[in-house]
Amino acid sequence: MRVAAAAPAIHTVDLTKRFGGTVALAGLSMTVPRGEIFGFLGPNGAGKTTSVKLLLGLLKPTSGEAWLLGEPIGDLGTRRRIGYLPELFRYQGWLDAREVLALHCELAPLPRSKWKEEIAAALDTVGLTDRADDRVSTFSKGMQQRLGLAAALVGKPELVFLDEPTSALDPVGRHDVREIIRDLSERGTAVFLNSHLLSEVEQVCDRVAVVDHGRVIASGTMDELLSGTAVKVRVSGLDDSARTKLAAFGPLDDEGEHLTFTKLDIERVPELVSTIVALGGRVYEVSPRHQTLEDRFLQLLHEDDK
Amino acid sequence: MPPVLVFARLTVQESSRRRLLLALVILTLLVVGFSAWGFNKITTVTRSDGTLLPHDQVSLITSQLLIVITFMYSGVLALSAAVVAGPLISSEVESGLLLSMLARPVRRSEVVIGKWLGLAILVTIYAAGSALLELTAVNLATGYEPPHPVELVLYVAAEGLALLSLGLVLSTRLSGITGGVIALVAWLMAWIAGVVGDIGTGLQNSALQNVGTISHLLLPTDGLWRGAVYAMEPDVILAALRAAGTAGRANPFSAVDPPPTAFLAWVVVWFGLMLTLSIWSFRTREI
Repeated sequence: MRVAAAAPAIHTVDLTKRFGGTVALAGLSMTVPRGEIFGFLGPNGAGKTTSVKLLLGLLKPTSGEAWLLGEPIGDLGTRRRIGYLPELFRYQGWLDAREVLALHCELAPLPRSKWKEEIAAALDTVGLTDRADDRVSTFSKGMQQRLGLAAALVGKPELVFLDEPTSALDPVGRHDVREIIRDLSERGTAVFLNSHLLSEVEQVCDRVAVVDHGRVIASGTMDELLSGTAVKVRVSGLDDSARTKLAAFGPLDDEGEHLTFTKLDIERVPELVSTIVALGGRVYEVSPRHQTLEDRFLQLLHEDDK
Repeated sequence: MPPVLVFARLTVQESSRRRLLLALVILTLLVVGFSAWGFNKITTVTRSDGTLLPHDQVSLITSQLLIVITFMYSGVLALSAAVVAGPLISSEVESGLLLSMLARPVRRSEVVIGKWLGLAILVTIYAAGSALLELTAVNLATGYEPPHPVELVLYVAAEGLALLSLGLVLSTRLSGITGGVIALVAWLMAWIAGVVGDIGTGLQNSALQNVGTISHLLLPTDGLWRGAVYAMEPDVILAALRAAGTAGRANPFSAVDPPPTAFLAWVVVWFGLMLTLSIWSFRTREI
């Protein structure tokens, strides 16, 4: 469809999901353009996986609407153009890797003439070519996750959902996945990346949305989100009541000796230092820096909890 | 290949690769071997005057022993069907195995029908294969063959399919262990309810008879078992049971009449209902 071809990869309007009395997702409205790498962040239980399952039609929304590639969610034909790596990844242990990918080619469905090429390319992309003929039951968790990624890539999907795609991977594997995500984006595939690994999201995503308690509490490009300054202070001699008084300087990530004020104007640093000293603290180091995604994330959650 | 057939193939492939089929084949060969040896012993039994039993008597004894052996086969089949069908969908939902497949252009009804079909093929092949082996062994050992062997296979297979269908319905909502146990207990209860119905027939008590009738409608396994028994009863036994009147019908290992056509029609409807219920239940399940 011409209209669908021009439509964004994902568009949701007030998408809501309740499980009994629990609100898992409260009015998600967002748009993910084609070819974009979109990071969906949030603490555990924020509603990230629920959102993905709603978009894929595995759950039914309580209210609201959503479209994938211009078609309403749940449309069978659209699923030919989508790849999905679930958070809970599990594949048939009694099949070998090649057979699992053949199964996904068959269900996609791809013409049989293309299977061989698709499977070889997917195995090569995730680095499993050497294990193609081994039973999945002999695979480590990390290898199974790589296989899941390969399964999500068969058929050159226009939109890929990756739900915590590196949860079982070592640093090398994580690096590989970031490269794969960038390659997907370069060839025009939109990637919806669910993750709570903030550094990973920061490195690859064009835009992010932060979700908490089922609501999007912030969204935008990295530049838009990370405009502030964070200040890290190494300090001793502050008791709990003193630390509480420092809340006047904005959201605080308290790691004992290290205090990070996740959003603090650089002009207020001298005032902060004198306040700490007045409260009986001893300051060893003060290092202002650009806000990281982690700073911003903690700041947003802190504000959301108020 | 359409998704229904893909899921059917996967189910057969999984049973094969997990060596379930191999285990069943080996155990069945053992049972066939032992029972053939046992049946052969009947032909060597001597009377008080030292002569061998006449062929008619050997056939009669064999026919009744074959019913007991078949009861064991139908039990193995029902048990296997319930145990395999119980986790058929639930375990794949719990483990996440179905997630990536359901994100493909696949209808949930295709998953349900495909899995049912795959297991139904296995149940039917097992029923036909084990019956062929056992009946051949009995025939070689004693020269006896039951009057309606094809019907026998159909009834035993249908009993297995009924347990499979019940297990599948439960599997769309309950955990594998729970579904399997419920299906198994339901099968035993249906059998006992059938016995209660027999007692009602013997005592000519309509309330007890109704227990049997209702149980046959809710879960037709016992009714199908009676069909299998009828297919194995020689004419001589049937005549004797009929002559005994209601008392002759009060026995779970005997059947005087074939299952009524209305019951068989209900069995077909029952299978349709179970599959429809499974599809509806899985379609409305949130994963």
